[in-house]
Amino acid sequence: MTPVATPFFFYLLSGLALLGGILVITRKNAVHSALALILTLLALAGLYLMLYAPFVAGVQIILYAGGIMVLFLFVIMLVSIEKSQREDQFNKQWIGGLVGAVALGALFVRVFVRSKALHDLTGMPMAQLPEQSNTQEIAVYLYGNYMLAFEIASLLLLVAIIGAVVMAKKRI
Amino acid sequence: MVPITTLHYLIVAAGLFVLGVVGVLTRRNVVIVLMSIELILNAVNLNLVAFSRLWGLHGQVFAIFVITDAAAEAAVGLGILIAFFRNKETVNVDEVDLLKW
Repeated sequence: MTPVATPFFFYLLSGLALLGGILVITRKNAVHSALALILTLLALAGLYLMLYAPFVAGVQIILYAGGIMVLFLFVIMLVSIEKSQREDQFNKQWIGGLVGAVALGALFVRVFVRSKALHDLTGMPMAQLPEQSNTQEIAVYLYGNYMLAFEIASLLLLVAIIGAVVMAKKRI
Repeated sequence: MVPITTLHYLIVAAGLFVLGVVGVLTRRNVVIVLMSIELILNAVNLNLVAFSRLWGLHGQVFAIFVITDAAAEAAVGLGILIAFFRNKETVNVDEVDLLKW
């Protein structure tokens, strides 16, 4: 299915994503930051749908917006937010942050403007990937080419579960 | 109107990445620092998925691996945060100075 009004939805979704990002790093209340991050994640899921990646979009909504953000909200409720809200929200490193952001942004602009290889690549018309078989093809890659990485990812999750339990438990 | 190319997506991802870096460098609340790291990971994911439109589905597979890593990182990071909050009653990064002398 060819998408309709692509530029409109692109600018809408990317604007929402960037707005959510700005809200995440400026809000005083951590719960508001978490809700803004959910807005960013949902907008990015929409962008993935526009890029013919329905499986990644679904994983993004279910795992990120549904799983990881619930974990974040639980932890925000566990640690006291009233006390931390009355304190200073930004540390003394804002000069370092500014310099880092400007240097990084300048690097990105330099690469995007000057790199000829990137322009040759990104200028070419985008292929329309078949979205009906997207999940099937990802599964073939995941259990074929990336079999070892997949197994290592499962091991990583096991280690993360054990580590989280060990650290969050009062007495083992 | 200009047709949307891969470069547009890369610019959005760069903006999200810079926002995440600013959040990590300037915020004091550990929870919000972890959320900024999630922003950075999402920017990388957007890059990977945008490039997967040009080079086949490898980028999408890598995006799924990055999401797996983000889940593991969030679980361990928040576990550390709870353990730290139990000991020092604070969630500010600049008060994590037990090893400083």
